[in-house]
Amino acid sequence: MTDDIEYRDYAKGAQPPYLTPNYKSTKVRSPNKPQYKLPRTLTEATGPVFTQDDVPADEWDLSTSATGETALGQLMFMDGVITDEDGRPMANTLIEIWQANAAGRYAHAVDTRDAPLDPNFTGAGRIVTGEDGHYRFKTIRPGAYPVPNYENYWRPPHIHISLFGRSFMSRMITQCYFPGDPLNDECHILQGIPEAVARDRLVMKFDPSVGVNGHALGYRLDLVLRGRRATPMVG
Amino acid sequence: MTKYIPTAGQTVGPFYNYALMRDGENDLTGGGKASGETVVIEGRVTEGSGAPVRDVLLEIWQANSHGRYNHPADDSDRGLDENFRGFGRTLSDEDGCFRFVTIKPGAVPAEGAGGSSVGESAAGGRTGGGNVWQAPHIAISIFASGLTRRLVTRLYFPGEDANATDPALSGIPEGDRERLIAKPGDGGGEKSIRFDIVLQGEGETPFFEE
Ligand SMILES: [Fe+2]
Repeated sequence: MTDDIEYRDYAKGAQPPYLTPNYKSTKVRSPNKPQYKLPRTLTEATGPVFTQDDVPADEWDLSTSATGETALGQLMFMDGVITDEDGRPMANTLIEIWQANAAGRYAHAVDTRDAPLDPNFTGAGRIVTGEDGHYRFKTIRPGAYPVPNYENYWRPPHIHISLFGRSFMSRMITQCYFPGDPLNDECHILQGIPEAVARDRLVMKFDPSVGVNGHALGYRLDLVLRGRRATPMVG
Repeated sequence: MTKYIPTAGQTVGPFYNYALMRDGENDLTGGGKASGETVVIEGRVTEGSGAPVRDVLLEIWQANSHGRYNHPADDSDRGLDENFRGFGRTLSDEDGCFRFVTIKPGAVPAEGAGGSSVGESAAGGRTGGGNVWQAPHIAISIFASGLTRRLVTRLYFPGEDANATDPALSGIPEGDRERLIAKPGDGGGEKSIRFDIVLQGEGETPFFEE
């Protein structure tokens, strides 16, 4: 073993339960039976390996189209560090993000509501972290969008995030939100996380120091992936 | 002191495919370049109402035909295959159906560390070096709209003696255990297996704690 990593169970209150009744479709998609214990084996201690060569360098910028045009909306940077549970930077982690445009519409065939598409915005980006675990995307602030099958219910502006980390155990997908938006308190998906502190960790911090003066806002979001050293370092 | 608590999961939602899906990622063989026995996996995802679920993101992770994971934590002397990464992704179609093309993985040790390789003489007993061996299997991650976070399960192969002693399968009561063993498929000439996933209710797939 190059590195002996321990994967502890997720803390229950810090993760959403599969059944979240306010989020209607969980009622038919959450398993009825409890999950079985899985022995931690080499299968779980390994996972797909990525390098910075896997992703074209320009995919960190969602706000600029292939022809060099700027997307409509409020320009912003999303910036942070990905660490493990020891606070160690997670290198070589693939982070994929996607989001609606400034009008709250996805460039997706299934999203057919009557908000405009932006020809200069697809809303998908990828990077692989370097040794410092740092990531940075340039994008536009997404709009809120209404959800069919609910009464006057809107998803708050959010950005979807997919992360791999160092093994199958750390693979996860989440969403992040904007500070101070009143829709955050109404969101069945965000509010499905039992602990307030765990919800707060998905809300980005407004941070001008990661923005660019006169050009774009800055928001900061640090992410923690599961896994820590089995033997803590002494001293 | 700052505490580093793992970030909470949230649903993948219905609108991810233009960001996450790339052509060919459901063929782990790289168009037949990987060594080993090619196997086609087909299945269908259904929800508690029995209805098919479209746009389910399915990811698989597995060892190569020698039982070696393409990852630094597997430092065993089982052979690496430069044409086999071991990771695949696809999404279910309007009928809830999905398909992977891969190779059948070899046996891998049960413990978390690299373990010793399967010696010639240990090939039958699968207890070489005092280690317990796992039956050939594929780890599966499932994400979907209506799933608040990842579901984890495993696929095992039909007709494997090693299924009887596999540590993960053994933890599942009989009656449920069989649901993790793929059925022979109807893929004609190629080796083909079928693995349906029932998210809830009658015939519910056994899932593992993350
Ligand atoms: Fe969304």
